[in-house]
Amino acid sequence: MKLSVEITHVFSGFEADIQFDAPRGVTAVFGPSGSGKSTVVNAVGGLLRPDAGRISLGGRVILDTARGIDVPPHRRRVGYVFQDARLFPHLNVRNNLLFGQRFARRSSRIATLEDVIDLLGIAPLLERRTPTLSGGEKQRVAIGRALLAGPEILLLDEPLASLDEARKAEVLPYLERLSAEADIPMLYVSHSRREVHRLAQWVVELAAGRVTRQGPAADFAAGPGAAKAEGIVLTLPGPALGRADDGGLWRLSFLPDDALLSAPGGRSSAAHELAAIIRRVGRAEGRAMVTLVLAGQEVQIAVPEAALARLGLGPGDSAALLLTRAEVAKAPLRPQATGNPPPA
Amino acid sequence: MEWLTAQEWMAVRLSLKVAFWATMISLPAGIFIAYLLARKEFYGKQLLNGLVHLPLILPPVVTGYALLLLFGRRGAIGGFLEQSFGLVLAFRWTGAVLAGAIMAFPLMVRAIRLSFEAVDSRLEEAAGTLGANPFWVFFSVTLPLAWPGVLAGAILAFAKAMGEFGATITFVSNIPGQTQTIPSAIYAFLQVPGAEGSALRLVGLSVLVAMAALFGSEYLARRARKRTVGE
Repeated sequence: MKLSVEITHVFSGFEADIQFDAPRGVTAVFGPSGSGKSTVVNAVGGLLRPDAGRISLGGRVILDTARGIDVPPHRRRVGYVFQDARLFPHLNVRNNLLFGQRFARRSSRIATLEDVIDLLGIAPLLERRTPTLSGGEKQRVAIGRALLAGPEILLLDEPLASLDEARKAEVLPYLERLSAEADIPMLYVSHSRREVHRLAQWVVELAAGRVTRQGPAADFAAGPGAAKAEGIVLTLPGPALGRADDGGLWRLSFLPDDALLSAPGGRSSAAHELAAIIRRVGRAEGRAMVTLVLAGQEVQIAVPEAALARLGLGPGDSAALLLTRAEVAKAPLRPQATGNPPPA
Repeated sequence: MEWLTAQEWMAVRLSLKVAFWATMISLPAGIFIAYLLARKEFYGKQLLNGLVHLPLILPPVVTGYALLLLFGRRGAIGGFLEQSFGLVLAFRWTGAVLAGAIMAFPLMVRAIRLSFEAVDSRLEEAAGTLGANPFWVFFSVTLPLAWPGVLAGAILAFAKAMGEFGATITFVSNIPGQTQTIPSAIYAFLQVPGAEGSALRLVGLSVLVAMAALFGSEYLARRARKRTVGE
């Protein structure tokens, strides 16, 4: 199921001219406010008719202004999760969830009520009235409601933007589960690099109504403006990652929270195990800040002091950096080109 | 001693019957027109709005006379109704229903229109993306959210139809037991020496009905606001 978008639309004093293809998985539409993100998502959802353009979803044309095609929202089968949830205030949580199900053909149903309740952890909320829910609960219900309508793609328009940090932290793991477990492509609109990094496999970056670049999410953590605290990126040769050496380099990006230190040669269930040398050990806030060297690059990770003492490791020792979760992508030979075609 | 005399009771029963049917027959049209005015843009919208409000502004006797011309037994519509369906409106209680419905219509449409305008159209959008066609969006989102306002409009229309006098007496006259509603009866009692007691009792009853309707519709309108805002 591939989404293809080509739209031009003129607002007062602003023109959006956006083309991209979203492959399977989670595609982030990323950019600052006013970059055209909402135009894209509303055009795909059928809530905004662009001046000109063509949008197709897995070969099904849902908009083609040249041919006069504009499928109305209720026949697009596009699940839309709004920033402000938009739950129906006259229905309880259960009936909000079931709202779209009666319109979905049996063959297009992708999840049952039980699946959704389990996936989003909303069993205790079912009989509640929606105005009494917290922001995070509302968003989880809104995601479930969209899934039960049997969509072919899920649009998430800044679903966390109106939530405080604690609520974001509550909802984000559910979104991660959703992207891992639900077999449905997603277009995730966000201005948060952290969310994009955690959720997306493919990123389309917008600025002032244009696609400035697009590519695998792993490439973006390394891009200009990537905050160090948000993601760590290493460029490594194939053998260091246990991959065949084709002379190329691989880009590995991960979050500090997903990294662990271990003695070399131990067994683990980590996704990646990288050989490293400990260069320095510092102290900060009761934690040991361990600086490692891998392929000439420094990485600093925090380790509980007691754990470091148990390992018996210090500066100059060999160690292993374990990553429970990381993005690996072929590193480009030259600096980022714009408009890379997505991998097949 | 009876609380109300037989003639007074007759007037009260007839008024309730007339107001009930006037509300019932005008409600579907009132909902439809209020929705058009609240949500749609179309050619002639201002004209429709003006027509709906006309009975509110015209002298009731003019509306009554217009009804007589159109719906009287020799009127264009009245003649057709009598020949085709055997339905006679002039000087019958059914005519009082029509007069009440027409006179109450502007109040009903105004109240319902406001409640439709208060429904967050972003919720209707959300319903569309969930697969609901416009028909379903209306019946599963818009109408339920506006429902207290619709009820408030119906209550106002009921009270107005109960109290309608000018158009009713012009169109269907003042026949005890057939077309003599509470206001017509009060008017008749005031023409007779010594019947002020009857008139006063009916006046008191009218005040009660009007106040109950006002409080009821205010209460429902508040609930509608609460519900559509979602608090």
